[in-house]
Amino acid sequence: MTTLDEFFRMGETLTLGSHTFTAEEIKAFAARYDPQRFHMDEKEAEASVFGALCASGWHTASTWMKYNLKNREDTAEQPWDGPGPRPEFGPSPGFQNLKWLKPVFAGDTITFTRRATGHRALASRPGWRLLTIVCEAFDGEVKVLEFESAVLVKTG
Amino acid sequence: MTDRKWAFEDFAVGVTIDLGEKYVEAAEIIEFASEFDYQPMHLDEEAGRASILGGLSASGWHTCSMFMRMMCDAFLLDSTSQGAPGLDYVRWRKPVLAGDTLHGHSTVTAARKSASRPGLGFVTVRHELANQRGETVLEMQHTGMFLAREVAA
Repeated sequence: MTTLDEFFRMGETLTLGSHTFTAEEIKAFAARYDPQRFHMDEKEAEASVFGALCASGWHTASTWMKYNLKNREDTAEQPWDGPGPRPEFGPSPGFQNLKWLKPVFAGDTITFTRRATGHRALASRPGWRLLTIVCEAFDGEVKVLEFESAVLVKTG
Repeated sequence: MTDRKWAFEDFAVGVTIDLGEKYVEAAEIIEFASEFDYQPMHLDEEAGRASILGGLSASGWHTCSMFMRMMCDAFLLDSTSQGAPGLDYVRWRKPVLAGDTLHGHSTVTAARKSASRPGLGFVTVRHELANQRGETVLEMQHTGMFLAREVAA
């Protein structure tokens, strides 16, 4: 019988996928949501504190979500014969301790990961649990992003 | 001296900055979600109504990105900002639904000069977005780095 710990793969660091950030998409995201000069223009970025065109931190973090979902699709066939219905992921109440440790520059290929750290029943929402996860992103061996997130999961 | 309106000295503890308003269109919700967060409740009105969010709702990452744009337009682009190392917390308190009008404000909660880099300061700001019914939808706190006015080029 599958346990929730097995289903969530507690403690295991899962690689979600890799993404190469192009100058074009960095500028497109920035033009819409974060038009600071170091996200918009190579020359201005060279003169800035970052030294080269780099992605908005929100672009990097949102791309973590994109690959998190991609991984969820890839594992949709994961067997479930535990008690109750197959767990279903819902919305997130938020996250904490987000650190943009290093800029993500145009041309960088970033690998995204997730690790489940705990889950508990929600007294306020019977049938739902709160799963806590550690989310990270790496440029090779160098960590560029980390945050502690949580997601509601329907288990009953 | 800097010709920018906002430098480290301007972010005194207690200062509150109005972030203005943002109307949230269904098409923008769907566009953002299609790229970054393609879950049914962010893509489709029916699926949204069937979910615990109660309607076509913006991805939390989209709400954060909309907040970022509001902050850029309100003061960040006209400041001595040197970027931000991270965020203390983000709380998605209530769903942001298609047709909502968000209104935001930012309040300085701490400010200190860098010990290692003269002319640089760290400013901690608490942000809030509320919808047209006055319900808080987003709470966030982050620390940004700003150059001081007297040394800023």
